[in-house]
Amino acid sequence: MIPLSAYVALSVVLFMTGLLGVLIRRNFIIVLMSVEIMLNAANVNLVAFSHYLESMAGQLAALFVIAIAAGEAAVGLAIIIVVFRGNVSTNVDQINLLKW
Amino acid sequence: MIYVLFGYFAVVSILSGIFTIALKHPVHCGLGLLSLLLHVAGLFVLLNAEFLFAVQIIVYAGALLVLYLFVLMLLNLKTEEQYLHKKYPFVLFAGAAILGELLIVTLQTPHGGAKGTASADVVLRTGPSHAVGIMMFSDYLLLFEIVGVFLLGAIIGAIVLAKTPTAPTPKADAAT
Repeated sequence: MIPLSAYVALSVVLFMTGLLGVLIRRNFIIVLMSVEIMLNAANVNLVAFSHYLESMAGQLAALFVIAIAAGEAAVGLAIIIVVFRGNVSTNVDQINLLKW
Repeated sequence: MIYVLFGYFAVVSILSGIFTIALKHPVHCGLGLLSLLLHVAGLFVLLNAEFLFAVQIIVYAGALLVLYLFVLMLLNLKTEEQYLHKKYPFVLFAGAAILGELLIVTLQTPHGGAKGTASADVVLRTGPSHAVGIMMFSDYLLLFEIVGVFLLGAIIGAIVLAKTPTAPTPKADAAT
């Protein structure tokens, strides 16, 4: 039987990987991918606790997290396409001006 | 055997996470993310969450990642020289410090708690998707409806945002 703390440690490492990706990468699409890594880390944690505490609630929460992630990715990629159409690159340092 | 499987899935998912944020070419990063998602799906099987395994493969690896790769290939990005933050060693140092601290704190915390009713053999008697379905359409029905409305909003938002503008506005004409 694998201890629960192994899953928690894995989830922490994955979450920090995603957080560092958000902080150090300059490409907007890679930043969104790093957010997906963080959401997956949270999912691993939820499902692990759901298994070890013998409750179904964690799996349901993970399912809703997946749905939210799908919506977030769709809207985020649409924003990227709009920004890129204005001949701005997808570097997050250059997208520093909000215009109407 | 289960230790070997867990070790494989854990190590490969961490490695592909690192590849996702460290590789230079965006398409390679997308493939790293694909590998991460598949191995996390493998972890879900080890945790008796077969329904979430299927959802992870279909929604994440099947739909989301294809969306990412589509956008990456449509945009035809050129790989830039400066693809990391200028001061990324500092960020890495701070990240390593926070990681160590988080590991210490989470591993010292006792992970006990009241056990629920859905133990492994109870779930396996009717199947995991049956258990998830019963729970979702009874206790979590309101959340389910809210997520449905949210997804509808996301669809409409994405379509409106990415729609090609048909007629140029007078302001854009003046600018050109």
